[in-house]
Amino acid sequence: MIPELGQYALMLAFGVALIQGTMPLVGARTNDSLLMNMAAPAAVAQFAFVAVAFLALAECYVVSDFSVLNVYQNSNSTMPLIYRLTSVWGNHEGSMMLWVSILAFFGALVALFGNNLPAALKADALAVQAWIAAAFELFILTTSNPFLRIPNAPFEGQDLNPILQDPGLAFHPPMLYLGYVGFSITFSFAIAALLEGRIDAAWARWVRPWVLLAWMCLTLGIAGGSYWSYYELGWGGFWFWDPVENASLMPWLAGTALLHSAVVMEKREALKVWTILLAILAFSLSLIGTFLVRSGVLTSVHAFAVDPRRGVFILAILIAFIGGALSLYAWRAPLLKQGGLFAPISREGALVFNNLFLVTACATVLIGTLYPLALQALTGEKISVGPPFFDLTFGPLFVPLMIAMPFGPLLGWKRGDLLGAAQRLLAAALLAAVAVAATIAATQGGPVLAPFGVGVAVFIMAGAATDIIERTMVLRLPLRSVLSRAWGLPRSAWGTAFAHFGIGVTLLGIIGVTAWGSEHLAEVKPGQSLDIAHYRLTFDGTFNRIGPNYQDLVGHFTVHRGSELIGVLQPTRRTFPDRDDMATTEAALMTRGVSQIYVSIGDPNKDGSLPVRLYFKPQVLLIWLGAMFMFFGGALSLSDRRLRIGAPRPAKTKLAKPALQPAE
Amino acid sequence: MTRKQRRLVLIGGSLGMLAIAVALMLNAFRSSIVFFNSPTDVVEKHVGPGTRIRLGGLVKTGSLQRASGMRVRFEVTDGKNEIPVTYNGVLPDLFREGQGVVAEGELSRSGVFDADTILAKHDATYMPKEVVDALKKSGHWKDDYTQRASLPVGGAEK
Repeated sequence: MIPELGQYALMLAFGVALIQGTMPLVGARTNDSLLMNMAAPAAVAQFAFVAVAFLALAECYVVSDFSVLNVYQNSNSTMPLIYRLTSVWGNHEGSMMLWVSILAFFGALVALFGNNLPAALKADALAVQAWIAAAFELFILTTSNPFLRIPNAPFEGQDLNPILQDPGLAFHPPMLYLGYVGFSITFSFAIAALLEGRIDAAWARWVRPWVLLAWMCLTLGIAGGSYWSYYELGWGGFWFWDPVENASLMPWLAGTALLHSAVVMEKREALKVWTILLAILAFSLSLIGTFLVRSGVLTSVHAFAVDPRRGVFILAILIAFIGGALSLYAWRAPLLKQGGLFAPISREGALVFNNLFLVTACATVLIGTLYPLALQALTGEKISVGPPFFDLTFGPLFVPLMIAMPFGPLLGWKRGDLLGAAQRLLAAALLAAVAVAATIAATQGGPVLAPFGVGVAVFIMAGAATDIIERTMVLRLPLRSVLSRAWGLPRSAWGTAFAHFGIGVTLLGIIGVTAWGSEHLAEVKPGQSLDIAHYRLTFDGTFNRIGPNYQDLVGHFTVHRGSELIGVLQPTRRTFPDRDDMATTEAALMTRGVSQIYVSIGDPNKDGSLPVRLYFKPQVLLIWLGAMFMFFGGALSLSDRRLRIGAPRPAKTKLAKPALQPAE
Repeated sequence: MTRKQRRLVLIGGSLGMLAIAVALMLNAFRSSIVFFNSPTDVVEKHVGPGTRIRLGGLVKTGSLQRASGMRVRFEVTDGKNEIPVTYNGVLPDLFREGQGVVAEGELSRSGVFDADTILAKHDATYMPKEVVDALKKSGHWKDDYTQRASLPVGGAEK
């Protein structure tokens, strides 16, 4: 009964989406406020139906209803409740349900909280949102129905892929989807603006919170996925330039560019046409990401099952939305009025520089990801484009961007003073130089360029602090007035500083772990010791442990630094009998400051020795800590007063009012 | 600065970026691309020693030997040809005889494939697409490879 209810609710949601996608659009064209006002309740209703469908599927998983094919294939009654819940989206059908649920949720949010939007813009945006939702609901209903039944229900399910039975899965996919799908809102607003044929600073102000929210979620989602692969796959890599990782990185890069260009548009009404294009591109790249991951054209952990019909369907969605949006853009964008002027050396100029580099870097990732697919389709030749390609293209493009980053916030709008900015960054540059020298003195080995990388990272961090220090006049004013100035700074200024600081932190982590990380492969017998960095690990032996749906072989290691005992590590081989004795590696990690000792073990040999992979990962935690800073910076920006108030300032209304007619 | 000048600066800058990006990519494509080969490809295309490739196929049943230390040796087959592979390190969790594998490395002069990376698969019933294609090409593809993954096997009997 429950699954049928879910399926029925999803069909109703599809129906509502069709209404939501047509009526308001007609209303906006004919200026019929009745039709336009249908959009908001329809969006809320659509979300309600999708939520019912999603909850129905979740209920099937919670009660282990194995008469549902999807539950049977991906769950097992012995799994803990948390994994039964996460397996809802640990498979193709369920993850698409999650996708659509988030899409409908965002649509409902716009409907409920978009009261200060011009009626026509809101109606158009919700209609576009409905078209996306309808396309994906149809996709689920026709090719990926999670509610299909099996005639004779089996007693036990096949279990979730063991590698996905991990707390990280509770968090990483929903976050990533919040990011991907969050860009659908900016996309819808961009299309709505093109349909309306006009756009102004107020538009940027409405859209910016959505961009920020999507960007924040995407940042955390990518960081979460990276940390998951780091500890779960057992080889300690944090980024592999895998196509699936690239699929999430590309919308992030485009979204970061959008975030910055929207600032220019909001403050100076410039870069309008470009911002619209970025809004379209960010969501297009999210769609491409969904296609790459979901269609099975790529080999990866995310390619759950390969069904050619699905690939073709998503490809059709992709072509319809991206092609449609870009055609509309080509047709309508010339109608948009040009914005304010600025000199090349100015805050705007710096943000354009940022955009150029981000978009170019994004393009190289896109080409590196798609080239093997294109080549195979055209010539049948199979190639892989791996980390060396991206190191050689993405790397050089990111270095100038990183060095330029601290200058941006210090330049004035319209016309900036590069020399002045450079002078104010002198302290940061000196600090960076000291860091380079100290790194060279303190380390032996590692790549020659690594100390300079450390310098860049320190420069970014100190540069981010410089802006705040300058504006609060630390050291020049008494503490009290410094604090009150700090409190009085716009939250978005703090947000920028934190996010930029986070980039520096992440960079420092990446450099530390790639340049000075060490690795040790060995086979050990009980009593033997291994040395890494300043630590000595002694293997004491193995023991067995029984879990709810798995068996563990646990290796026991004691860790010493000098003669001091600092802890034990218990790397594990986890075997899942319900899944063909499939085994996973549960690495053991010991955190020392921001560095980690990482141990994983293989299957024991016949002679009793145990293969061990031992890593020392210096500064590795900074990689994800930096992402936290970026997230926090985004959150601060999001709480900025001007975004909460949302409405255009009085001075702007004179420009905006005649253009945007209120509905009532 | 007039609108026209600003636009010129922007277009110039964009074109410059584009040129740099294209140059970087062409350079990277020349030096960092790895071709995928089945054992038959290796034999037929006469892949020489020292060329970095990916080798994909099935791990031949009964061929896995553990040598001293962490060194393992096995054969990769596509049903027609076999290539011996050596690898120094811990094999991925799902490495098994009779299952698909992708190894990256280069051929040594003696004709042994010296792998430095064995690609991890994420699911016991999942086979890398490249391997499927290679097996299909050599006529050794069995349908039950995919059926196991997609059908509720034995569900009705229980």
